[in-house]
Amino acid sequence: MTHEKLVGMIRQATKDVFSTMLGIDLQDHPEYLGVSAPGPSEGVLAIVGLAGAWAGSGSFSCSALMAQKISGQLLMQEYAAIDDEVLDAIGEVTNMVLGNVKTVLEEELGPMGLSIPTVIYGRNFTTRSVGKSQWTIVPFDCLGEVVEVHLCLEPGKELSAKISVAQQQVPAILTMLS
Amino acid sequence: MSLDVMIVDDSAAIRKILHRVLIQADVPLGKVIEAGDGQEALDKLKSAMVGLILSDINMPNMDGLQLLGALKTQETTKSIPIIMVTTEGSSAKVMEAVSLGASGYVRKPFTAEQIKEKLAGLI
Repeated sequence: MTHEKLVGMIRQATKDVFSTMLGIDLQDHPEYLGVSAPGPSEGVLAIVGLAGAWAGSGSFSCSALMAQKISGQLLMQEYAAIDDEVLDAIGEVTNMVLGNVKTVLEEELGPMGLSIPTVIYGRNFTTRSVGKSQWTIVPFDCLGEVVEVHLCLEPGKELSAKISVAQQQVPAILTMLS
Repeated sequence: MSLDVMIVDDSAAIRKILHRVLIQADVPLGKVIEAGDGQEALDKLKSAMVGLILSDINMPNMDGLQLLGALKTQETTKSIPIIMVTTEGSSAKVMEAVSLGASGYVRKPFTAEQIKEKLAGLI
């Protein structure tokens, strides 16, 4: 699964969710690759896990003020502060965005499971993923602010083991053929 | 005649949106009962019957497909129309829901029109 393919899936899913459920048209910012970077150091961050032949994590992040605006658009009421409804709304937006990415991924990678979202809100926090995975990071302009979707996906243990065995067999096969 | 409806979703935001959509769709609403997962829905249905259920699939404790299977095997609940409203969009999940007896399937994100269309054939 290439970075470019993931970017395309994320852009499509995120724009669909924002235009259909929130009435917001997102604008593209340049995507990039990051290491151990599931999110920012403050604001609201929602994370879901993906599991299957390929496994990983996905997240949506934005400022606290943007979380209030997004929740307001979704639920048609104003929010002056971060509360349980705002955190729930951001979790659901994340679930919809990455759930739709998962549906497209399943066409190529087979069935996958999606975890219930975990939502974090605060200041000066640090997030990191175990390992040295590369994250596909896709930012958007949303009502004048940047929001980001991050996704990290790698072959699961079983698939990795099969790839490893196959890679070990390649030199032997090449030797036999030569 | 009013219609009592149950909305099953672990997200309070989605329950609120679906409640609003039912009002917009001019459904002659009676009671609207909310549940956060399949088990809570089953528990609430022991003391209150409804004429329509809208249910998510991906939920903690008991998911929407387990709930669907349980309701379709009980004499008192097997005839209740159940519409799945979910991010699970794979054809395998849709087929599973249909084979278990779902009356409709709406993928999130959804428009109010999509929900209205599904309801039109049922009420």
